[in-house]
Amino acid sequence: MAKVRGTIIVDVEKCKGCDLCVVACPTNVIRLAPDVNGKGYHYAYMENPEACTGCVNCAMVCPDSVITVYRLKPSKTEAATA
Amino acid sequence: MEDTITTQDIIKNGELVFEKTSCLTDNVLSYCPGCGHGVAHRITMEVIDEMGIQSETIGIAPVGCSVLAYDFMNIDMQGAAHGRAPAVATGIKRVYPEKYVFTYQGDGDLAAIGTAETIHACNRGENIVIIFINNGIYGMTGGQMAPTTLEGMQTSTSPFGRDVERMGHPLKMTELVATLPGTCFVTRQAVHTPSAVRKAKKAIRKAFENQKENKGLSFIEIVSNCNSGWKMTPVKSNQWMEEHMFPFYPLGDIKDV
Repeated sequence: MAKVRGTIIVDVEKCKGCDLCVVACPTNVIRLAPDVNGKGYHYAYMENPEACTGCVNCAMVCPDSVITVYRLKPSKTEAATA
Repeated sequence: MEDTITTQDIIKNGELVFEKTSCLTDNVLSYCPGCGHGVAHRITMEVIDEMGIQSETIGIAPVGCSVLAYDFMNIDMQGAAHGRAPAVATGIKRVYPEKYVFTYQGDGDLAAIGTAETIHACNRGENIVIIFINNGIYGMTGGQMAPTTLEGMQTSTSPFGRDVERMGHPLKMTELVATLPGTCFVTRQAVHTPSAVRKAKKAIRKAFENQKENKGLSFIEIVSNCNSGWKMTPVKSNQWMEEHMFPFYPLGDIKDV
């Protein structure tokens, strides 16, 4: 079954690890990394990227605008798989 | 479903659905992790970007945490003395009536030292937008009690909670200015959840549209968190805000003419 796929790119060095995107994600994709960035913050990353639907909720609540979101529609998903 | 699609495939074949607006600079925001200021900055700048008025907008930065707003907003900005942003905005708007002018102020700036300027600008019905970030505390200086601090709320200058007998009642600026004839659109929003962010953005858009139509002063309060000042994690401070701030500061449009 084809579904909408999404992915996010986190600007790791600008992320402050506030955890708001983790709470906002409806599919529990995002976690805070055990590693830290240059400023010592646990940055956000995609723990299970398959579940991401590109709903933009994380980017909506990100205070530092470090999240960029891409979305792939089902019709194109099949094209990409083929 | 077998997962054969990689992140690179999605980026290559999919569409870009969200990226940081070009109306924000690349500087790292000076705010604490999880602070609502960042979202408020972003949605304001997104509205300016979507309306295509980046070169025609003049923002007035306040004194407070957002004093450095001109480092982050990629538009023309003007600093103002503490609390005097609505007066400066009045002057700029009268000299350049074709420009879009907005002030971005915190509660210490707008509701304490700048009460007179705010109320008189609202009463005169200056054709500007006021964005008021209310976190119930003086965040920048170490979490002192502000006029908007809730009853019983502990701050560094009210360690046993705000006692209304001695310290007065919290001030509802938004309800106050809604009673003045000069304001055309008065609303209270929040930026703690995705849906609240979208609603707040719509309200800001409406405020700038009102200014385009010369309808009068639009006043947008954004109830925000101050996790450092409240001594909580960002997530917990948003929960606390829902439980304690929203009953006293209910969200929604208060006046829409």
